[in-house]
Amino acid sequence: MNPASIQLDAQGRLKHFLTIEGLKRQHLIDILDTAESLTGVAERRVKKLPTLRGKTVANLFFESSTRTRTTFELAAKRLSADVLTVNIATSSTSKGETLLDTVRNIEAMQCDMFVVRHAASGAAEFIARHVRPHIAVLNAGDGRHAHPTQAMLDMLTIRRHKGPAFQDLRVAIVGDILHSRVARSDIHALNVLGCANVRVVAPRTLLPPEVGTLGVQVFHDLDQGLRDVDVVIMLRLQRERMSGALLPSAQEYYQQYGLTEERLAVARPDAIVMHPGPINRGVEMASAVVDGPRSVILEQVTNGIAVRMAVMSITLGNQSSPAEDA
Amino acid sequence: MHDIERLIDTLANALRAALAARAASAPALVGVHTGGVWIAERLRERLDLPGPIGTLDISFYRDDFTRVGMNPQVRPSHLPFDLEGRHVILVDDVLHTGRTTRAALNEIFDYGRPASVLLAVLVDRGGRELPIAADAVGAHVDLAPGENIKLTGPDPLKLTIQKRP
Repeated sequence: MNPASIQLDAQGRLKHFLTIEGLKRQHLIDILDTAESLTGVAERRVKKLPTLRGKTVANLFFESSTRTRTTFELAAKRLSADVLTVNIATSSTSKGETLLDTVRNIEAMQCDMFVVRHAASGAAEFIARHVRPHIAVLNAGDGRHAHPTQAMLDMLTIRRHKGPAFQDLRVAIVGDILHSRVARSDIHALNVLGCANVRVVAPRTLLPPEVGTLGVQVFHDLDQGLRDVDVVIMLRLQRERMSGALLPSAQEYYQQYGLTEERLAVARPDAIVMHPGPINRGVEMASAVVDGPRSVILEQVTNGIAVRMAVMSITLGNQSSPAEDA
Repeated sequence: MHDIERLIDTLANALRAALAARAASAPALVGVHTGGVWIAERLRERLDLPGPIGTLDISFYRDDFTRVGMNPQVRPSHLPFDLEGRHVILVDDVLHTGRTTRAALNEIFDYGRPASVLLAVLVDRGGRELPIAADAVGAHVDLAPGENIKLTGPDPLKLTIQKRP
C-alpha cells in the first residue's frame, strides 16, 4: 500500500490527510469549497461551529512550529473540539518504536484525531497505519516529503485572488526546492488542479534530482522564471544551508534569487506574492516585498485556519464511529 | 403536480398574518440552502421587504455529522445584516423531521440574538421528530411510506414526489 491509498476509505473518501499525491481533483475542490464556506466564521459573534463537539484532537509536534501548530489548534477549537498539544522533543535516537509508544499512549487518552508534525518523512503515514480505525491522522509536515494543508491553504489563497481557472495560471516557486515539503505539495496540488505552467526557480544545488518528473519547468535565472507569472511562491532559505556546500553566501544568494520590487517588475502587474513563513527578511526576499501591496502572506495564515477546519471536518466526518465498528 | 406560485401565495398570506399577530416590523428573511433561499427570494417580492436575504448552510450544525460525514456541496452561510434584536423569518422548502430547523436555529443564534424567529415553509410533510412547528405553511402534504418530496429550481421551481431509493 502506498500513502495515497491509505488515506482513502473503500468509497474513495478522505479519512486521513497525508499527502496530495494520489488525490483526485474533486478531493481538492471539496476541501477548497468547504474551506471557503468556513472563512466567514471569524466574523461572526460566536467564532465557533459545533461540528466537532465532543471530539478530541491531539497535536503531536515532534518538530517545532508556531504558525502550523497554532492554526491547527485554533481550527480545532473553532470546530468545538477539545485540543491537546504535545510538543515532543525530538531526540536523534527516536525510532519507530518510541513513536509508536507515544501514539499508543495518546490513543489511550481516547483522542479522535492526530495532527502530526515530524522531521522524518513518512511519520504521519506510519502513525496512520498503526492507529485504531476511528482515528483520523493529518500530516502537518513530515521531513522533506509533504505538507498538504499548507498546499491547500496556498491553493485557497490563489483561488481567492485568481479565480478557479488554475489551467490559465503561471506559478513560480522560488528557492530551496530540494529541502521543501511545501514546494513538493504545492507542485502536486497545482498539477492536480490543472495548472500547466508551474515553474521552479532555484540554483542547481537546491533542486531535487527527481525534478524532471515533477511536471514543472526549471529555471536557474530569476528574471526568466518570473516573467509574466500570476503567482510567486517564495520558499524559506534555511540559514544552515549556507554553511554547507550548497550555497556560496547569503549575499550572493540574495543577489541572484532574492525577491525585490525591481525583480518583481517582470511578473504580471497583478501578480501575488506568497511565502509559507517564517520569512528571512533580506535573505530570500526584501522587506519591501513582504510588506508590499502584492504580498498575500498574512492572508495565507488566515486561510490556513479555514483549510485546516475543512480538512478536520471532512476526515473526521468520514471516520466511522467506534460504535459502528463493533 | 403543484402550482408553486399559488403555494407561495398561500405561504405569503399566512406569513403576513403571523407577522401581524406578532407585531413584528422590519423582519429579516433567512433562507436555508438551497430550496429555502429560492422561496425566501419569492417571499421578499410578495411581502415587498427591503434589504438582502440571509442564507444559511447548516452542514456544520447537523446532528448526523458523525454518521454521514461532511456534505461536500457545502456553501457559505451569509447573513449580510445584524440579527441582534431583529425579527427573523426562517424559510425552508420542506419541513419534515425538524432537524434542519433545529440546526438552523442554533446557527442563527451564533450570529446574534434575534427578537423572534418565525418559521415559514413551502411544504409541511409531517413526520416530526422534534418539537418544532411552522408559523406559516404553503401546503400540508401527506406522503406514502418511502416517498420523498423535493423542490428543484430555481427557474422554474418544481415540486416532485419520488420514491426513496
